[in-house]
Amino acid sequence: MEIVRLRVNGDERVCGVPAHYTLLETLRYGLGLTGSKQGCDKGDCGACTVIVDGRAILSCITPVWEAEGRQVRTVEGLADGTETHPVQDEFDLNGAAQCGFCTPGILCSSVALLDRNRSPSREEIRTALAGNLCRCTGYEKIYDAVEAAAARLGG
Amino acid sequence: MGRNGRGAAAADGSAREAAGRAERDGRGAPLNTIGRPMRKVDGLAKATGRARYTDDIRLPGMLHGKILRSPHPHARIVAVDTSRAEALEGVHAVVTGRDMPTAYGIIPWTPDEYPLCVDKVRYIGDGVAAVAAVDEDTAIAALDLIDVTYEELPAYLDPHEAIAAEAGPYIHEPRKPGWNGNVTKVVKLAFGDVDAGLEEADVVVESDYFFEGTTHTPIEPHCAIGLAEGNGKLTVWSATQVPHYLHRELARVLDVDPAKVRVIQPPVGGAFGGKSEPFDLEFCVAKLSMTTGRPVKILYTREEVFYAHRGRHPFHMKYRTGATREGMLTAVDAEIVLDGGAYASFGLVTTYYSGQLLTAPYRMPAYRFHSTRAYTNKPACGPKRGHGSVQPRFAIEVQLDRIAERLEIDPIELRRRNFIGAHTRTVNDLRVTSNGFLECLEEVERASGWKRKHRRLPYGRGVGVAGSTYITGTNYPIYPNEMPQSGVQLQVDRSGRVAVFSGASEIGQGVDSMVAYVVAEELGVPLEHIRVLAGDTDFTPVDLGAYSSRVTFMLGNACIEASRKLKAKVRKAVAEAWEAKPREVLLAGGLAVRAGDTGTSMPLREAFNLAEAKFGTLGATGSYNTPKDVHGSYRGATIGASPAYSFTAHVAEVEVDPETGFVTVEKIWIAHDCGRALNPVLVAGQMEGSAYMGFAEALMEEQIFKSADQGRAGLHNAPSLLDYRIPTSLDTPALESLIVESIDPEGPYGAKEAGEGPLHPSIPAIANAIYDAVGVRMDSLPFSPPRVWRALQAAAGGRWAPTSARAGRVAAVGVAK
Ligand code: FES
Ligand code: FES
Repeated sequence: MEIVRLRVNGDERVCGVPAHYTLLETLRYGLGLTGSKQGCDKGDCGACTVIVDGRAILSCITPVWEAEGRQVRTVEGLADGTETHPVQDEFDLNGAAQCGFCTPGILCSSVALLDRNRSPSREEIRTALAGNLCRCTGYEKIYDAVEAAAARLGG
Repeated sequence: MGRNGRGAAAADGSAREAAGRAERDGRGAPLNTIGRPMRKVDGLAKATGRARYTDDIRLPGMLHGKILRSPHPHARIVAVDTSRAEALEGVHAVVTGRDMPTAYGIIPWTPDEYPLCVDKVRYIGDGVAAVAAVDEDTAIAALDLIDVTYEELPAYLDPHEAIAAEAGPYIHEPRKPGWNGNVTKVVKLAFGDVDAGLEEADVVVESDYFFEGTTHTPIEPHCAIGLAEGNGKLTVWSATQVPHYLHRELARVLDVDPAKVRVIQPPVGGAFGGKSEPFDLEFCVAKLSMTTGRPVKILYTREEVFYAHRGRHPFHMKYRTGATREGMLTAVDAEIVLDGGAYASFGLVTTYYSGQLLTAPYRMPAYRFHSTRAYTNKPACGPKRGHGSVQPRFAIEVQLDRIAERLEIDPIELRRRNFIGAHTRTVNDLRVTSNGFLECLEEVERASGWKRKHRRLPYGRGVGVAGSTYITGTNYPIYPNEMPQSGVQLQVDRSGRVAVFSGASEIGQGVDSMVAYVVAEELGVPLEHIRVLAGDTDFTPVDLGAYSSRVTFMLGNACIEASRKLKAKVRKAVAEAWEAKPREVLLAGGLAVRAGDTGTSMPLREAFNLAEAKFGTLGATGSYNTPKDVHGSYRGATIGASPAYSFTAHVAEVEVDPETGFVTVEKIWIAHDCGRALNPVLVAGQMEGSAYMGFAEALMEEQIFKSADQGRAGLHNAPSLLDYRIPTSLDTPALESLIVESIDPEGPYGAKEAGEGPLHPSIPAIANAIYDAVGVRMDSLPFSPPRVWRALQAAAGGRWAPTSARAGRVAAVGVAK
C-alpha cells in the first residue's frame, strides 16, 4: 500500500492504494469516483479519459503517482455546483450518449478542447476526439453536442 | 426540425416545434410527445457520471473472481487440480466444470455448453475453472496455481474441413446417432421453381462471396456480481441484454428455485447482440457466492470480451441470381456455409436467418437456400446487430449491382422495378405490412446527388447503392410458450408521479426513454413526472430482452395498452365530477381538460386523486403478443416471421487510392423506414450508429485466428482494441440520416425498428461504390488496402499501370470478373 495525495475536482484527497495502481483504479476503486470508465485498461479506448492540469489524458495508463500534485478533473467535476456544464446538457439534448459508457471520457476530451478553443470547427472536434472510441453513435450526434455547447459558451 | 433527425430537444426539456409538421396518431389526433425530439430519461445521469454500470457497484465484503481459460483450441481435460490455488492466502473458493455439470444453451434445442468446461475445451479461451479471492491480484495469482492436464485433440479452424470430417473426430457428440458432430444445423428450403426461373432468365449472375467474422466490442466489458444469501436467495447483477433468459438459465443450471433468483440489469455500456445469452461469468459469480457466502464480482478483461465473442459468423456464400432483360428477378439460389465456432449459441436461428430474411424488399418468384452451420475450434459466433442477415444481404445487393451492370439499368431503377410492395407476402410466406422502401430509394437518390454521380465521377471516386429489410422482433420467444412477449406495469402516486415498471433492457438504444414518451403521450403527464424502473426481475413484468429489434414495437404497444386502461379510469372519475361523458375528458399537458371547453380543467394530479378515490389504488398492466397469422406452415416458417419489417436504402460515396488500395468512405446517406420515429433524434442515432458499424465491417474489422503456420493454431489474432481496429472519429465517414415513416398499422403510433436494419446496406453500398470508382468487384470482406490493391492488380492483368483517365476505368471494367 502506498499513500497518495491527489487534488480531484477541487478536493484534496488522501488514499491508500497498491503501488501499481493507475490513476483510473485509484479514482474508481480508491475514491469511489466511478464516473470514469474502464473499457480496455491499456490505453486503446479513451473511456478512462480525465483532465489533468487542463489536458485530456488516459487515466488507465497513468501511474497514480504521476498525478500527485496536479489538478485532476473527472466527469463528476465538470458541473459547476448544481449547474451542469453546457456540454453535458447538450449531450442529453442531442442524444449524444447512447449507452453512455464512452461519454465520461468524451466529455473530458471535449471540455479540455473547449477550454483551449471556444469555437472549434467540426474538424477540430473530430480531431480532439480521435482518442475516444464510441461504439454506439457514429460520432455525428457527439459533434452536434460539442458544437452546440461551444455556441452556448459564446464561442 | 426536419425529418433528418438533426436538431435537439429544447433546453427546457420540452419539444422544439417540429417545423410545421404536426404529429398525428393513426386516428388523426394530434400527438404531443411522440415524434418530437425529447430529452432521454437517463441522458443527464449518463452525462454526469452518475449512471451506475455493473462494475461501478461495490458490495460490502465483495470478493473478486477470475476465470482460468484454455490454452488449447481442442483438448480433453484429463485432470484439474485446484489444491495449490485453494491453499493460497486470500483465496476463498475455486470451482470447476464438475461443480456445474448442467449443459445450457440460449436455444433450448441445442444445449451444448457448460458454465465451465467439464470434459473438453473447444477453443483457446474456453473457461476451465474460476477463483474467488480477496482482490483481483490474488485471484490472478491463484489462476497460475491451478494445474490442468490436457490431452490435445486435432483442431478444426476451417468450417469446410469440419463438415468433411463426417466420421469424426467431432467437436461435439452428435445429437443423434449417425449425425455429424461437427455440424450444428442444416437448413434446405425452396420456394417456387428455382431451376425453371434460372432457365428462363435472360441473365444469370453467379458469384462467390466471403463475409469475414466480426465482433461487437461494446466499450463496456461484460461484468457480473453474484450475491447468495443464507435463505437461498440468489441475486445476480449483470451487463446483460436478456435478464429474463438469464434468470431462467441461472435457476436451471445451478438448480435453484427460480422464485428465489433475482436478476438486476444495471445500465449496459453497449451490447449489439454480444450480451444476449448467458455467459460463464454469470454462472461463476453465482456459484462462487453460493460457495463463499460473500458477494463476488467478475469483470472481463478486454481480451476475454474477444473470447466471449458471439459475433458475426464468417459466411462462405455462393449465389446464382436470374433476371429478365427488364431486370426483373426470376430466381435466387444460395448455398451457404456458416463458420459457427465452438458452440451453438443462437446458431440454429442464424442458419435459418441466413436464408429466410432475404426475401424482401424485392419480389423473388423463386428462391432456394441451403445453409450449413459448422462447429470450429474458435470462440462461438452468435447474433451481432442484423443477426444472420447482414452477410447474405451483402451478397445479394452486389448480385443486383452486377445484374444492373450487365443489363445497363441504373441500380436504383433496378431495385425499384423489383419492389415487393406493401401489405403482401414474400415468396417464403412472411407477411409484410407497411413498406416505405421506395421512399427510401428516392431519398438517398435525391440527397446523394446520385444521378450526377453514378458512373460519372472521375476514376477513383464512386457511388454505390444497396437496400435491405429487417425484422421488428421475432414472432416467437426462444422457448415455446403462449405468454406475452412484453409486459409493463404502471403505478400512480398521489403527487401525480407515474412509475413504469418495465422489464426491458436499456442498452443505450433508449428503451427507457421510449417507455416514458409513450406513457407521457397517453396520459398527458409531463416527462419529468415519469419514473421508469427497469431491468429487475423482482419487480418488473417479463420482457424477453433487447434483441431482434423487438422492444419499441412490443413494449411500446404494451405501454399503450396499460396507459389506456389507466386513462379510462381517470376519465371516468373526472367525467363524473364534471357531469360530462368520459370521452369529453382529455388528458394532455399535465391537465385534464374538457373537450370543447378549455375553461374547464384540473391538474392531472387532482384527476388521478379523483380516480384513486373512486377505484382504489391506481395501477394498470399492459402486454403485447404477436399475431400468429404472419407466416407459412412449413417447417422453419416461424423463423424470420415478424409482426413488421423495416426497410432501408443507403448510398455510399467512396474514394479509392489506386496506388495503395486504401478506400476512404466520404459519406453514407441512410434512408430508413422506421414506421414512425417516436423520437427522431434517437432514431437518427440508431441509423448513424448502425451505418457506422456496417462501415466498420466493410473496411476494417476482422475477428480472425492464427493458423498452425503462424505459430499457434486457433489463437485470436488481435484481442485488443488497438489491433482489432474499430473506427475512431477520424476514420468514420459523414453520416446523413433520412427518416422515412410508413406508419405501420400495428406498431405503436406506427413505429417499427430502427436499431439493426440500417446496418445492412452499408457494406454492399460500399462494395458497389468501389466498383463504380475503380471497376473491381470486392466479394470478400473486409475491403482492406491489401485486398483492394490485389483486386486492382488482378484487374490490370498483374501489371499496375496508374491512370487517372476515365478511359482507364472502363478498361478495368472489362477484365473484372
Ligand atoms: S480504459 Fe481504455 S484507454 Fe483507458
Ligand atoms: S454511447 Fe455507447 S460507446 Fe459511445
